[in-house]
Amino acid sequence: MKTDRYINLKRFRGFVVKEFHHIFRDVRTLVILFGIPVIQLLLFGFVVTNEIRDAKIAVFDQSKDYITTRITQKIVSSGYFKIDRKLESASQIEDVFREGNIKMVVMFEAGFARKLEKDGQAGIQVITDASEPNTANILVNYLNSVTLSYMASQQKALQQMQIIPEVRMKYNPELKGVFLFVPGIMAMLLILISALMTSISITREKELGTMEVLLASPLRPFQIISGKVMPYILLSFMNAVLIILISFFVFQIPVHGNLLLLLGECLLYIITALSLGILISTLTSSQQIAMMISLVGLMLPTILLSGFIFPVENMPLILQGLCYLMPPKYFITIIKSIMLKGAGFSYVWKETLILAGMTLFFLFLSIKKFKTRLE
Amino acid sequence: MVNSDDIIIARDLVKKFGDFTANDHLTFSVKKGEVFGFLGANGAGKTTAIKVLCGLSYPTSGELTVSGYNIYTHREKIKQNIGYMSQKFSLYEDLSIVENIHFYAGIYGLSNKVIRERTEELIGMLDLQNVRNKLIKDLPLGWKQKISFSVAIFHRPSVVFLDEPTSGVDPITRRQFWQMIYDAAHSGITVFVTTHYMDEAEYCDRVSIMVDGKIVALDTPLNLMRLNDSVNMEGVFLKLARQ
Amino acid sequence: MNSEIMVEARDLCKNYGTVTALDHVSFSVNKAELFGFIGPDGAGKTTLLRILATMLKPDTGTVRIGEYDAVNDYRKIRNMIGYMPGKFSLYQDLTVEENLQFFAGIFGSTIKDNYYLINDIYDQISPFKNRQAGKLSGGMKQKLALSCAMIHKPDLLLLDEPTTGVDAVSRKEFWEMLRKRKEDGITIIVSTPYMDEAGKCDRVALFQNSKILSTDTPENITANYGSVLFAVRTSNMYTLIHDLKYCPTVRSAHSFGQYIHYTDKEINATMSDIEYYLRGKGHSEIEIRQIDATVEDCFMRLMLND
Repeated sequence: MKTDRYINLKRFRGFVVKEFHHIFRDVRTLVILFGIPVIQLLLFGFVVTNEIRDAKIAVFDQSKDYITTRITQKIVSSGYFKIDRKLESASQIEDVFREGNIKMVVMFEAGFARKLEKDGQAGIQVITDASEPNTANILVNYLNSVTLSYMASQQKALQQMQIIPEVRMKYNPELKGVFLFVPGIMAMLLILISALMTSISITREKELGTMEVLLASPLRPFQIISGKVMPYILLSFMNAVLIILISFFVFQIPVHGNLLLLLGECLLYIITALSLGILISTLTSSQQIAMMISLVGLMLPTILLSGFIFPVENMPLILQGLCYLMPPKYFITIIKSIMLKGAGFSYVWKETLILAGMTLFFLFLSIKKFKTRLE
Repeated sequence: MVNSDDIIIARDLVKKFGDFTANDHLTFSVKKGEVFGFLGANGAGKTTAIKVLCGLSYPTSGELTVSGYNIYTHREKIKQNIGYMSQKFSLYEDLSIVENIHFYAGIYGLSNKVIRERTEELIGMLDLQNVRNKLIKDLPLGWKQKISFSVAIFHRPSVVFLDEPTSGVDPITRRQFWQMIYDAAHSGITVFVTTHYMDEAEYCDRVSIMVDGKIVALDTPLNLMRLNDSVNMEGVFLKLARQ
Repeated sequence: MNSEIMVEARDLCKNYGTVTALDHVSFSVNKAELFGFIGPDGAGKTTLLRILATMLKPDTGTVRIGEYDAVNDYRKIRNMIGYMPGKFSLYQDLTVEENLQFFAGIFGSTIKDNYYLINDIYDQISPFKNRQAGKLSGGMKQKLALSCAMIHKPDLLLLDEPTTGVDAVSRKEFWEMLRKRKEDGITIIVSTPYMDEAGKCDRVALFQNSKILSTDTPENITANYGSVLFAVRTSNMYTLIHDLKYCPTVRSAHSFGQYIHYTDKEINATMSDIEYYLRGKGHSEIEIRQIDATVEDCFMRLMLND
């Protein structure tokens, strides 16, 4: 005797098998699923990082004493800077910037060591090429941390009890840009691929006319949708694992927190993205439009509004409000906390709850919007 | 032995896709002003042959002259001298009748004066005065097909290829459409047509039947019926198309 | 409700904006009947089949399928129908067998369960069962689609233009299959633009401009043509159609292949009257026969009376 449960299970299995056939027989789908994530990750990781090495700088040392020499050595040994030339007069500063190779000029005032010993302070002037503001900012930060660490070591050596400001680059002590980018890329790739693939695969059935047959069958909307997305949950999850593995082995990004928690959060986020994809596909009936909505409607906001590249705090209020509607924003916070800070669930439960809520909302909306007829 | 009246001359035309031979040594010719029916079962290779004849793809081997031009050396000339209409090709749905005509006429480089004159002639002939600025999508299917055909012969090609032009059209419009085909043939345009309506096969001057990439019969409908002991082309087709 | 009736449609209307797709359409289909909707594209056949398949709701009017209402009990109906939409094209990237398995599966059935329903088609396509559906020829695709639509043994089979664009041979085979399934007790409703296919149905409804022109058996439809019909041929067909159309007593003149079908306004018009007229117009080799009307003759007459 065939029970309903048994029949439903068989239907579901048939659906999943069929969907895998579609995926594995279409080279384009496979490339989108696995090629693009790997390429994107490597591209962003290696090329578009905000990490700077061997920036060419010039030093104008008007003092040339033992302290300025030590600080200059420190600067060089940090690995971030390369001293391209030493300047002899202030008038040369303008010239070296014009040439364009030099990103920064470090200027020690005359009598630097003397002043420092006598007054406890001395001036370093840093001049940067602000036509590239991001680079300039980063270089200044690097230089600050180098000089501060020098000062700290000196003061310890002198055993002076003095409170000094300490700036430490927490969680990412080497200021590696890739650490900041990988969570962002992961958030972008997972949402893009999951939403894009599901919305395309559902609208393709509409274009083919097969959706009409599925609708006219005893299948319920819920069964059609879950049958279609299950393979993508599996494949997107494999993608997430792949991204984490590449991050670890290629970029040496550690996972300080619980790996299971991290994977669980990835799964939740994937389901959020898939439910968005389903929602898109219920609103449109052509693959092209589904693709446009997924790319323009999801990828751009993810890049621009999730805090992935531009800090949310610096945006106008309206945009900040929009940022809080972006699922990737929460996911980025979550994985940063878990991977870099080693935070446990108690630190990310709020974001997790918001993501789960969004997922339920999207799923509810799509089931509601899913038409059991053609109109 | 080339007859100057022959608009299409195909000799041992072969088109292969990998191991698959879609057209297997087709040899035939079509006369000026003839209505030539090109029949065959689905998958027999008709569409492939039409693409080659229209200069859309090169044959694998064999000779082909269309309107006096060799396929290998003057493919662009061939395209300039033919018209093409398929069931799917249609006019731009979001342009008006007149805009569609002007667009297609422009492609063939007709002068503005000629375009204007012929447009008026066509509008008058099809009785479209009241709807000339209507969008194509608001017209019934039968009208679309008639306009589509008129556009395909607007530049006075020497031969027009019609791929299932009457599919799904009502019986009266279908006959009006064939009247247009006859008129075009009388004005000297060669008509090369495929159809699944077997009564339409009987309207053709000559009919070829293609089976598995080969032409298995080519004659006037009457001769084909006589040779195959059939009272109509449907009988001929059923007998030949599945051997 | 009569237990012999499978489908009962009353006064169906359906509009899309200002376009009328169905205009007060009523009909009924008996159990195990092969029923055809014959008419050109755009007549409203697809809309009607979609309403029967519970894919659309009518604006007004009711449809009962078996004991169920097509709007309220649509879930029940979806369990008992097999539906093949007009633009249905199967999963091109799945093989013949995978397509069948999938469609059997969504109805909770298997190929094995109802193999007898499709064995004659399956024998034909089984040499290609590992071929992807996209690589089958048009006729083959339609046969496979039909198999997919009935692999779960539906009570009612709804086929929207299954033979459009299919060659005459494949069409003939397709109709032979439908007849066999009818004998298995399946009710079949099929739409087609090909008038000659009307003769393969038990009953047909002629459909034009959102309305049913006539519903009857094909035999009754042709028997009710109402005038004497002549098939005429001469040595000059190009002028013949013109001459007959402008004959003073013409009622209708339409080409039918190598003949022109002619009816006269005068009930007593004879072959020699027509021959006399044509000789006067300079025709020779005149051949005139009195013939039975075809469904297409009747359809055109009904269209023009409209």
